[in-house]
Amino acid sequence: METLTTERPMRVDNSEDVVRVRQEVRKRAAEIGLSLVDQTKIVTAASELARNMLDYGGGGIVTIEIVRNLSRRGVRLAFIDEGPGIADIDRALEDGVTTGGGLGLGLGGAKRLSNEFVIESAAGRGTKVVITRWK
Amino acid sequence: MDRIPILKLGYALLVTIQVDMHDRLALALEEDLTAKIVSAGARGVLIDISGLEIVDSFIGRMLDNIAAVSRMLDADTVVVGMRPAVAITLVELGLSLTGVKTALNVERGMQLIHGRLIGVEADDGDADD
Repeated sequence: METLTTERPMRVDNSEDVVRVRQEVRKRAAEIGLSLVDQTKIVTAASELARNMLDYGGGGIVTIEIVRNLSRRGVRLAFIDEGPGIADIDRALEDGVTTGGGLGLGLGGAKRLSNEFVIESAAGRGTKVVITRWK
Repeated sequence: MDRIPILKLGYALLVTIQVDMHDRLALALEEDLTAKIVSAGARGVLIDISGLEIVDSFIGRMLDNIAAVSRMLDADTVVVGMRPAVAITLVELGLSLTGVKTALNVERGMQLIHGRLIGVEADDGDADD
């Protein structure tokens, strides 16, 4: 897999930033020709993950890349925070499990809405989530 | 601060959400709607989301909250105009908005609210649908 373009990292410190991330992801997803449904899925996943960073990670940064694997193009997003991290990732991925005031759908939902989902986290070490949606 | 306008349409309130919602706007809408239901004596709330390109769990929760609070104030909430791609995504996300009534468009949403009112007036014993 090779990276074709990388956007300047975006900071997420408040809910207006989440809106900006959504708009930027939408633009890139449209650019590589994702279908409307797939655009909606990746933008929704981005919204969930950006909000997670805000609610649990004390904010963080988002990078947007357009990637290529053989002839396929995709959008790859990374969400990186330096928050408290997640001690039990399997449990955090279960629907309905939340340590905040949300619905607990963020991580599991974002995973279902992506083609690839990678999470790295440990207690006290922050969280990094990378998702990819292929055309 | 920006606010989302609330229109009175007969005995119902109509809210058209067109902008990308952020927290404060969503909270302000919940408060404004609740106050307006009481001051206008509204029996229904129509929330038109045809302008929304996505509904995430944050917006989903807002819609659920509005429906729950409206119900306590004796008003029905109907979410109308959801885009097909949004519906597909919401189900995959795991959010099926079970507490919220939906209709394809404003007209059908009004019919839904109207139908309930007629039903209530015609048969007081069966007011609790």
